[in-house]
Parts: sequence; C-alpha cells; structure tokens
Amino acid sequence: MNPAQNTPATSKPGRFGPYGGRYAAETLMPALLELEKAYKEAMADPSFIADYQRLLRDYAGRPSLFYHAERLSSELGTHVYLKREDLNHTGAHKINNVLGQVLLARRMGKKRLIAETGAGQHGVATATAAALFGLTCTVFMGAEDMERQALNVYRMELLGATVTKVTSGTATLKDATSEAMREWTRRADDTYYVIGSVMGPHPYPTIVRDFQRIIGDEIREQCQATYGRLPTALIACVGGGSNAMGTFYPFIDEPTVRLIGAEAAGEGIDTPRHAATMAYGKPGVFHGMHSLFLQDQTGQIAPVYSISAGLDYPGIGPEHAWLQHTGRAEYAAITDLEAVEAFAWLARQEGIIPAIESSHALALLRKMAGEFKPDDIVVVTLSGRGDKDVAAIQAYQQDHGLLLTDNREE
Amino acid sequence: MSDLPIKVPGTSPVTPDTPATTATPTNRLEKKLAELATQGRKALIPFIVAGDPDLRTSQAIARTILHSGADILEIGVPFSDPSADGPTIMAADARALAHGTSIVDAFHLVRELRAETQKPILFLLYYNTVVQMGLDLFFATCRDVGVDGIIVPDLPLEEQDEVGPIADSHDVIITRMVSPLSGPRLSELTVNGRGFVYCVAALGVTGERSELSADLSTFEMAVRAVSPIPRALGFGISTPDQVRELAAGWDGIIVGSAIVRRIGEGHAAGLNAQQLADQLGIYVSSLREALDEGTLAALQGG
Repeated sequence: MNPAQNTPATSKPGRFGPYGGRYAAETLMPALLELEKAYKEAMADPSFIADYQRLLRDYAGRPSLFYHAERLSSELGTHVYLKREDLNHTGAHKINNVLGQVLLARRMGKKRLIAETGAGQHGVATATAAALFGLTCTVFMGAEDMERQALNVYRMELLGATVTKVTSGTATLKDATSEAMREWTRRADDTYYVIGSVMGPHPYPTIVRDFQRIIGDEIREQCQATYGRLPTALIACVGGGSNAMGTFYPFIDEPTVRLIGAEAAGEGIDTPRHAATMAYGKPGVFHGMHSLFLQDQTGQIAPVYSISAGLDYPGIGPEHAWLQHTGRAEYAAITDLEAVEAFAWLARQEGIIPAIESSHALALLRKMAGEFKPDDIVVVTLSGRGDKDVAAIQAYQQDHGLLLTDNREE
Repeated sequence: MSDLPIKVPGTSPVTPDTPATTATPTNRLEKKLAELATQGRKALIPFIVAGDPDLRTSQAIARTILHSGADILEIGVPFSDPSADGPTIMAADARALAHGTSIVDAFHLVRELRAETQKPILFLLYYNTVVQMGLDLFFATCRDVGVDGIIVPDLPLEEQDEVGPIADSHDVIITRMVSPLSGPRLSELTVNGRGFVYCVAALGVTGERSELSADLSTFEMAVRAVSPIPRALGFGISTPDQVRELAAGWDGIIVGSAIVRRIGEGHAAGLNAQQLADQLGIYVSSLREALDEGTLAALQGG
C-alpha cells in the first residue's frame, strides 16, 4: 500500500488539480492537522497496516469475490465481472474505510465516533466498528433517509449506536454531513469524525481513497490471475464517490483501462429532481472542499433528489472532479427508473439483489453494452447488497405501475 | 462615558508602531479600532442577518442598532447550509432565503446604510458566496459599496493564498479567526492580521450559552501575548452581565445569536419593522451600557 503512488499533479497537499483543499473552521483546523499527522504516521507503520489487513481478512471477509456473471455476459456479448463488495460484512464497501479509520481513531486515543450517513450503510459500518472496538458512536442521518432506510436505523441501534435525526434543509445526506461537522466542532478534542466518502476537508478524501483502494487492488490481481491482462473498463456508481475512487485509483496510470462513473439522474436531468453533479455541477466550496456542486447562481446549494439515499448528494469528491476535468474518467447519469430496472434485472439474471446505488452502475453497463467487444473485460463494482432497498423498490414499482416480478413459469 | 481619557490595560498590543497600522489607516474598521483604543473604549459588534425577516425590516434594525451604541456592524449573508452556525442563525438564514435574499441584496443593504453611517460594516459569509460572485468582482463591490471587511468561517488562513492579495488590493480585511484550540497556531494566525482577531469563545457552532467557558481567561492571555491587533470575542455571548464581565479582558465583544433570536421571536409575534427595530435598539443599548460599565470598572479596579 503506497498512498503516494498515482497521485495526480497537485499544487498543495490535499489538492487534486484545483480541487480539494481544507476549507474548515479554525475550530476544526487543529483536529484536521492532528488527523493528517496521525494518518501519515500510521500508514508508515507496518503494524498498523498489518492490523488493517488482518481486520479486512478476518472480520470483513476479504478479498471479495471477482464473480464472472455468465448470464449477463452472454446477454451483453462481453465478459462481465462483478466485484462483490456486497458480500463484505455489513453488506457494502463502506466497511473497508471504516475499519481503517476506526483503527486510526483508536491509535489517536479517541473514545467516541461520529458519522454521517445517507443510505445507512456507512452508519451501520461505523456502528459495527464502534461495537467491535468498544467505542461510543453517534450517527447523523436525515429524517427523510431514516424513513427510506428504516431497517438500517434499527441495525445501528442494535449495534449500540445513537442515531440522531437531522431535520434541517432537505433532511438528507447533505444535512447529515453538516450536522456531523457541527458536532465535531463541539467535541473535536475527544471525538473522531469517520467520514464515509472521498469528500470533506483534507485529509479525508485521501484517507478514504487509500482505505477503499483495496477494491481496485484486488480487481487488478484477480483479473490478472484469470486473464493475464487488465480489464477493459471499470464501472462504479458515484454519490460522494468512495467505491468508485477505490475501484479506479489503482488504474489511473493505466490508460487502456476505461474508468466510468454512474451518477444519479433521479427523475431525469431535464427535471429539477436529480443529483447529477458531474453533468451539471459548478466549481465551488462546500463541506470543506473545493469541488463541483449543484448550486444556484449565487452559490446556494441546490436541493437534490435520487431514489437512492446514498447518491442523493449535491457534491462529489474532489478527486473525481479532477478525473473528469482531465478526461481520465467519464461519468454518465442514470435515472431512478433505469436503476430500478437494473435492480430487478440482476436479481432475475444472476440471483443477486444489488443495492439501489450499485444498480446505477449496472444500468450504465446495460446502456453501454454496445461499446464493448466480445473479448473485453468489463468490471462492475457491486458496492452493496439490496436488502435495505427491497421495500422502497416495491413501493416504487406500485407507484409507477411497473412489472418487475412477473413469473416465468406461468 | 464615551470619552474615557486613559488607555485601558489590555489594549497595549495596539501601539502606533505596529507594522499593520503604521500609516494612517484608510479602512474604516482600522480607523474605528484605533480611535476606540485612543479613547480607552471597547468595541460593541452586533450581528444581524441581511433580509431577516425581510430586507426592509433588517435595514430598520441595522439603522437602529447603529444608533444604539454599536461601533461595528456585522451583517450575515444568508447561506443554504451554514455549517458553523447553530439553530438560531440557521433559522434566520432560512427566513431570509425564503424570500430570496441574495448577496446582491446584502450589498444593497450596505449601500443604503452608507448614506447615513461611516461606522465599519463587515460581512459574515460562507466562502462559496464569494467564489460564485468571482473574487475580483466581490471585493471591488465591497470597496465600492462600503463593506470594510469579511468574516468567512470556512476560509482558514491556509486557503487564503489566492484570495488574500485580491482582498488587500481592494483594502477589504479578511478577519483572522482563532479558537481556544488554536494553541501553537495563535501567533501565525494573528501575525500580519488586520482589523481585529475574531476569538471564538466556545467550541461548537454559534448560539447563546448560559455559561461561558471557565478557561476564557487562559485563552484571553494566550491571544493577548501574541496578537498585534485588537481581540474581539464572539460565540455564545448574550447577556449584559456577560458583556460587563468580559469588558476588562477583550477589545471588542460580538453578539450574534442573542440578537437574531430576538428578531425571530419578535417577527413571530407579529411586530412590525419599527417595533422590532425599537426593541432591538433597547437591547443593544443595554449591551453598550454594560460594556462601558465593565470597561470603567476594570480601569478603576486596576
């Protein structure tokens, strides 16, 4: 693990081209500087790395499977592989980052964890690690998301965490993040803020990327072992962008590998109800970082929408903004309907129920299938499992008169 | 009361030969602070949000506050996601945004106030507001309209390389902020600072606190030891008693949420613009009186 490898040209630490930076209140600056220092020391300490790798193996269940989806492959006429992050303990890629950060929190002597969560997966992962390490944990979650993801709220409570309902603004991930930052400002001395995506002030985008790059590192190794070559393309969904960044990062310096992100078009990019930051965001500064944000002309952050609570965020991690800026990665927007159809498609074709977030990546694979040749290897990162979404998808199906559950036998 | 002859102990860092203030200052904020130091007085710095509850009322309140003993007025430019603010100011921002108050309206408000006051006016805003307007246009407009300085909670010194020189070229001050956790950073944060250094009294977000931190005097001494510019204390200060007690140690006192809460409550109770303004005027006068009493008591006690 070498965090310095592949880092794009930057003007200052924590910068990805013009993006990134550390736009934080002075009350948080000492805590961020302390974190940066502790992180650098930890990553240079072989015993820390060994602890992290042991937890990934023995607790999270890594390496995750590199699964050849044969029925998808024959339908689409190319080799389709799924990187099965849904099989990790707690059911999503979020645990990779959380285990790393909580090890770091313990090393720094912090007794209390806080986190923001959208879909609830990061909150569940943080509550899980808090239980494992005997730390207290408070998770901030938007009221709207608590309703959409009620199952995950209960899971967090079972794990011993306190879930704090956030009712300000749009009562979603954006507001949960603001509230977690406010809480950290109050208690920076004894509290570690576990950010769940490649966003926020430096050093978070770097830390989260480094703890998620295990996804791409494994893909590289598994693909080499199977085919003796690199994949043709990698597809992953982007909200803040952590599973995509972890997937892409080890391949940034491999120009033959296409890097493709699927963001949320909600009800359509021709409506105001979407979260397509890469397509429609403008550069700005929010949540501690310079990146792209959906906002109005005067810089007020726009209310965004996606069926997926995990992609329902008006910004994007700064390194993604830079990858798009340089053309190294490409991003496309997927509507709620396309994602719901892909959700049902994977269930039916492969017997795997994906998270609605990951379904955006699957939908993009389906749309782009014509671009891939029979010999190509296309890897989709299945960032999480879909149990948490079943009730919401059922409601969506009824509201929209979709037929997702027709039985082939009859 | 307004003409105390002697310099108060504690304002000594503001000496005429401090590098940042060698020449006669042209910025209203620096002029006002120098004048207060000469008179041995402390700065009262009330805060309101532009457009809260509407533009006309916030203008009436601003005018009254300026006539009720405020030395410097801090005007918040409403933001959709004010991450350094607590519920009181979040609610004020939401009230102002509900009818579309923008940075343009905030500048308009200052332009109107400038017809009758030369007291310093500062903006409190989040950095995205500045970025979206464009740095050059923003600071040129500040200068043109009469905004003397800005306070930007999410713009730490480390991120001011580009914006600092542009602000300077328009003679607009970017206020330095320090907190009780700044510790070894205090001297780099205050050196070359202009105007006052904004000292955050309490950890966390803005909002009234019934009791201030017990360690405030440690913080006060730490900042005093290094800061070449006056020190103003904010975050959590709400009562005349607190103001009276703090007068001895600080060069200025910032009161925000306590004012904004009164505006919100008065508006909810159906007060009209003049009634609201009158009520806020009485409250700010009480703060003024407390600040001057505290200043005098410290002089006599010392």
